[in-house]
Amino acid sequence: MNLSKDTLEKIDAVISRYPEKRSASLMVIHLVQDELGAIDLEACEWIAQKLELQPINVRELITFYPMLREQPWGKKHVRVCRTLPCALRGSYATCKTLEKKLGVKEGHVSENGEYSLEFMECLADCGEGPVVMVGEETYENVDCKEAEKMADLLMKDKLEGSKKFVSYERNLVTDPPSKN
Amino acid sequence: MIKRKVAEERRIILKHADDPNYSNGIGCYLREGGYKILKKSFKLKPEQIGEEVMKSGVRGRGGAGFPAGMKWKFLDRKSGKPIYLICNADESEPGTFKDRQIIHKDPHQLIEGMMIAAYAIQAKQAFIYIRAEFFEGAKILDRAILEAKEKGFCGKNILGTDYSCDLVVHRGAGAYICGEETGLIESLEGKRPNPRIKPPYFPAVLGLYQCPTIVNNVETLCNVRHIMEMGGDAFSQIGKPNNTGTRIWCVSGHVRNPGYFEFECGALTMGEMIYDVCGGLEKGRSLQAIIPGGSSAKVLRADERFKGKLKDGSEFDWGINDIPLDFDGPMAAGSMSGSGGIIVMDDTVDMVEAMANVNAFYAHESCGQCTPCREGVLWMRKISQRMCSGQAREEDPDLLLSVANQIEGRTICAFGEAAAWPTQSFVSKFKDDFIRKAKKPTKKKSPLQLI
Repeated sequence: MNLSKDTLEKIDAVISRYPEKRSASLMVIHLVQDELGAIDLEACEWIAQKLELQPINVRELITFYPMLREQPWGKKHVRVCRTLPCALRGSYATCKTLEKKLGVKEGHVSENGEYSLEFMECLADCGEGPVVMVGEETYENVDCKEAEKMADLLMKDKLEGSKKFVSYERNLVTDPPSKN
Repeated sequence: MIKRKVAEERRIILKHADDPNYSNGIGCYLREGGYKILKKSFKLKPEQIGEEVMKSGVRGRGGAGFPAGMKWKFLDRKSGKPIYLICNADESEPGTFKDRQIIHKDPHQLIEGMMIAAYAIQAKQAFIYIRAEFFEGAKILDRAILEAKEKGFCGKNILGTDYSCDLVVHRGAGAYICGEETGLIESLEGKRPNPRIKPPYFPAVLGLYQCPTIVNNVETLCNVRHIMEMGGDAFSQIGKPNNTGTRIWCVSGHVRNPGYFEFECGALTMGEMIYDVCGGLEKGRSLQAIIPGGSSAKVLRADERFKGKLKDGSEFDWGINDIPLDFDGPMAAGSMSGSGGIIVMDDTVDMVEAMANVNAFYAHESCGQCTPCREGVLWMRKISQRMCSGQAREEDPDLLLSVANQIEGRTICAFGEAAAWPTQSFVSKFKDDFIRKAKKPTKKKSPLQLI
């Protein structure tokens, strides 16, 4: 297991927050998955050892939680909300458009490993559906026409910083990071 | 006819949510009087805070609507075991997007509410269980907690007192069942989130690590701050008896201006919400159905009449537009206000497809612990999906009902009901649509694909 120093430090910090080590499982898995893209058997064993658990205690989480992965998603992972409020505003068409444009079936990774698409359950932004997440950013009201433009920008690597598509997160009013 | 003036929004919790000059940093929160209520509350005895919350009558905003003060009263304080506070920020009920606004736009309000609550129940440690899809939300909370710790509002020796309570952000991993409080606790313990059976596992007695634990929703904990600001009695004057305070309603689906709106409980009716607040339906469309409290709530048909007796003994005879938006209104109409997620469907929607969409959700999200639920939701999904692929049979509505009826009341947690209610209500209220589907397996006029 080759984890960066940064991740290892974060893992130790996270474990120390809980009264019992096992509680840190999900947070540690997130940290490892963020770096490796997925939790394979080796990673499972490493995490289990770190938390003084059996590998099955970690493995049973990976196989249960929808966002934990045994194989990595593509470099750019796109999530489309499938659930009723978004579907009522056209999320099935949005997902189909993205499938076509990105050349990848939902639930899969493109052959070059560049894109992956996931048609997933409620993203909790139902008033602004169809909701699409690219990486960690949430884009609202992405109907199939918008999805086409969005995919074009994504494929040109110009989605981030685009004026047309401003994510929910980038729209938030945040203080600048303090200087010290 | 006298046209009643529609009530104005009363934003207490979302006061700053859409203010372009209001940031989610602590500086801004302090300028707006932030953490003053924490200071005020720390001058009181913990049990006095509990009394105020009790007096306020505030009911839980997560879905069940159980009085929060009562929940706190059930806390086992004699066991000698440490007490834990958990904020349920899993926000997973389809149709709900209220907690998202608080977490991302006003995180310190939640932290202040939580630290007041933590002090009131004398919690040893507090957690925020946040859904993993809120990547930025978790970072915002982490940063806000750090800021609060620097100022002594959280962590060791809060406000220079002997009381310490650490606050930790814990991310889920995309499972709806973690919104169920005992499932959430299992998940926080690092296990699969299989809910626990009550009794004996009432969190207030046997919660996190088998210790007394309070799990409250984000909006509920924010309310604690406002209760302590105005006093329990004053809070109880907002809204209506048994339905105190404001509520954040999330409207989605087929209205012109969907969104989140905070009103005093009972200040407006369903019709006013849809036509006056949300701009009504698209041109040429008419209302077909509403799910009033997140996808688990029973669907209401636009032409239904709701009759009965309210708790105060008065009789009511409502159309769908007359249902008061509070806790008791949707309940009297045979459904529930749940988490406040109102999903509107116009006449273009194929109701069989809508139900199939909801069934696919529950089939995906069942934890699989109880057989009636694990198998039942799977078959409800299969049957409803088959119905939408041109293979509907006339006996399907009865078959679906039979499966749903065998889930309800036979599971460890309320997921069983949450999954059965949509099918039961869709099938019984739109039976003609289901039969028609079998006779003529074509789509309704909707251009939308729902499944």
